[in-house]
Formats: sequence, structure tokens, C-alpha cells
Amino acid sequence: MDQVLIKYITNFLLTVYGLYNFAVRYFKEVFKPPYEFKEMFKQFFEIGYKSLGLVSITGFIIGFVLALQAIPMLTKFGALSLIPTMISISIIREIGPVITGLICAGKIGSGIGAELGSMKVSEQIDAMEVSATNPFKFLVVTRITATSLMIPILIIYADTIALIGGFIALNIVNGESLQLYFTTIFSALTFADVVPATIKTIFFGYAIGLVGSYQGYNASRGTESVGIAANISVVYSSLLVIIIDMIAVQLTTILF
Amino acid sequence: MNKNPDIESKLTKDKEVVINIEHLKKTFGSYEILKDINLQVYRGETLIILGKSGSGKSVTLQCIVGLMIPDSGKVTVLNEDVPNLTDYELQDLRKKIGFIFQSGALYDSMSVKENLEFPLIRHEKLTPDEVEHRIREVLTDVGLEESLDKMPSELSGGMRKRIGLARTLILKPEIMLYDEPSTGLDPATSREISNLILKMQDKFKVSSVVVTHDINCAKLTADRIVVLKDGVFTAEGSFDELEKSNDDFVTGFFK
Repeated sequence: MDQVLIKYITNFLLTVYGLYNFAVRYFKEVFKPPYEFKEMFKQFFEIGYKSLGLVSITGFIIGFVLALQAIPMLTKFGALSLIPTMISISIIREIGPVITGLICAGKIGSGIGAELGSMKVSEQIDAMEVSATNPFKFLVVTRITATSLMIPILIIYADTIALIGGFIALNIVNGESLQLYFTTIFSALTFADVVPATIKTIFFGYAIGLVGSYQGYNASRGTESVGIAANISVVYSSLLVIIIDMIAVQLTTILF
Repeated sequence: MNKNPDIESKLTKDKEVVINIEHLKKTFGSYEILKDINLQVYRGETLIILGKSGSGKSVTLQCIVGLMIPDSGKVTVLNEDVPNLTDYELQDLRKKIGFIFQSGALYDSMSVKENLEFPLIRHEKLTPDEVEHRIREVLTDVGLEESLDKMPSELSGGMRKRIGLARTLILKPEIMLYDEPSTGLDPATSREISNLILKMQDKFKVSSVVVTHDINCAKLTADRIVVLKDGVFTAEGSFDELEKSNDDFVTGFFK
């Protein structure tokens, strides 16, 4: 039992060390030419555009359900007019980024882990390396950059859809007008609600891209390792999203 | 068994060494896979490495191209000390080396055309017309002109290996390394690949190292054969010489 625990802890620490090295190498290579713009834009499309459907549905349901849950409760206290404020602050600050971040960790993190893992298993990464192309730059830098830029945009988009979902629920139940709803929201939201919540999403994106790429790039040779890489990518990147969120909330509380 | 008189005369005349390996050692954990490898490959020759599965043939190739770092020993390719090169120097050297993987290793997400232009547009400054011309030229060389817009998943095993060969030849390398080029193919396709190696050898005059267990491939393409056993090269000679060897291990490959 002790041996198993020691092995587990050793593997975990090795993974953390490997991730740290990977993160440092990304910053060393990202500004160095040649720049793989074509692959980067392809990844923007793959990661951003192809996640729109999932993020739209999730965002809409979050806002819609949040409003539906809040209406009966706040009606009892005669605070129905506070619902847009409550929805906007909870979605923009916390629920939108975290839930969309977790959805992206599942979809995008596993996708990157499985894709790079299968490239490793089928010797495509080695082939790239022996053809005098830096595979880290072509495969990893492009993907981490794409997730760091696209996931914040996806989260802003999901927040917007969630607010629309909340409006539709309020409109159906209470006949709320669009103008009143959004006027209340914009007057309630402050700098401290929007900016820190948006900045943390860049870190979510970076963590998801980093973990997925690391697991795929370092997959071992068997086909089983592709599944493992995809699975561990989801587990670790979801965990990192939660941890980054916790740190971000603490920092926001201290700074604002 | 030198099949090409030009190569034979060149070998005996100047014998320029393009790959030199001295006392190469490589271990994985406690398993010493390469114990003491010594090898010279001369310009223009085709050297075959025979050996059982897991004997370290592919590891030797990977050490030559810098994909693996040896524990000790010297690996010199085109007068460059491979284990001690910087990343940039290694990339420069790799432009002169072609490596054919066992699986073909085509990039799955790219079409055949994109696979072929991938190394070309990165290492040579060519106009789009010149790129197109070079792609069509290598595709004609490997007999797959009609596959230009296909995806790797639409190709058979033999076709994937041919495209892998085309992708390597497009940069006109000085050295070709083949890792089990005919493994997993039917005898007819296997023979086609061997003939293709021979054809490319004649056309581009490259120096080649072929790792294989396919004795027909060896017979067709070899200028010289070395046999790897227990981490060292135990026999060396032409196909005819080794076929008549007294060593049962060596003759076992020829049965």
C-alpha cells in the first residue's frame, strides 16, 4: 500500500514538474520566429468556432435555469426587481467562467490530449522533428495560444447568451422588458465584476491548452496511452480551472 | 552482391564516410540494448541492418538522426557530432537526412499535398508554382500522381509508405534512413517498395541505411549487410557472403 502511495505521489510530482517545464518552454518559444500563423488560425477555428454550439446551449441553460430558480424565491421577499442584478453578477463573476471553463476543459482539453497523443503514438511528432521542424512550436505553441485567446472569447460569448437566457425566463414568467432588464444589468455591473473575471479566463485557457498539450505530447507508445492522455487532460485541466478560480477570487477580494 | 557498378567503384575509390558510429551504448532502465556499436556508412552505398525484433536496430537509426541521445560513444553524421549539436545545428543537419518511419507517419490532419509541402515551404524559398512542380515530380517518382488531394486515411499501407518516401525525398536529402520499410505489407507491395528504394537510390545517389527483417528487400537493395545481435554487430558482408556464413544466427535470416 505504501509503495502504491509513494508511486502515485512520485508520478504526480513528476507531472507537476513536467508541466512547469512545458509552461516555461512555451514562453521561451512563443515569441521566437518562425511563427506558425496558418496553424494558429486553424486552431482558432477548431477551438473557437467549433465549440460555439456547445457553449451556446450551456450558456443559455445556465441563465434560463438561474432565473427560473430565483423567481419563486425572490418573489416571496418582494425582490423580483433584483433578479437581473443577481443573475448578471453571479453569471459574469463566477458561474459563466467556471462552468464554461469546465465544459471547455472537457471538450477542448480532451481533444488536444487525444490528437497529440495519437500523433505521438503513430510517430507523426517524430516525423516532424526529423524533417527539421520544431514540433513543439508547430503543435504546442499554436494550441496553447489558441486556447488562451479563444476560451476567454467563448466565455464572454457564453456569459452574453446566459444573460439572454435569463431575460427569456423573466420575460416568460414576469413579462420583463428587454430594455429594463439590460439597463438594470449594466447599472449593476462594475469594473470589479467584469475585468478580473475576464482576466482569469485567459489563465483558464492557458491551463487547458497546457495540460492537454503536455499529456498528448508526452504520451507513451501504446494506443492505450491516447485514451489515458485524453482522460488525464480533462481531470487535470478541470482541477486547474477550479484552483485558478479560487486564487482569482481571493486576489479579487484583496485587490478590489 | 553489389548491384550497382558505379557505387562499387566509388566505394573502392574514395570511401567517404558519411555516418560514423564508434562504441555507441544505449540503455533503457537496466536493459542495455546497444552495447558497443561500431559502424561506418560510405557515400552512395546502401547498408542493411538485419536483426531480431527488439534488438535495437531502430534505436541505432534514432541515435543517428538525434531522436535519441546515446549514453556514450560517438555518432558523426556528415562530419557533425550529433549528440553535441545545438537544436539549430541539429535542425540544419536533419534537412540533409531523410527518415522513413515504419508506419509512414503521414500527418493525418493534412492531405497528401499538404504533407508534401510541409517540409518544402519551411526549408526552401520557392514560388507556389515551383512548390507545385516539386510535389508533382516526387509523386510521379513514387507513382502516385492521382493521390494529390487524398487524405492519409484514404490510402493503403503501401501507398502511405510511398507518400512517406516522397515527403522525405522532396528535400533531396544526402542520407536516407529506412525503418522497416516493408513491414506489414503483402509480398507484392513489399517488393514494390524495395524496387522504389532501388530506383530512388539510382536517381538521387543518396547513402542509405535500411533496417529490415525482409530478406528479399535486403537482397534487392543491399550493397553491404551488418547483423545486430545482443547489442553488437556480429557479422558484416555482402548478401552472398552472409548467405554462406557458418553462423546459424546469421543464416537464420536467409531461410
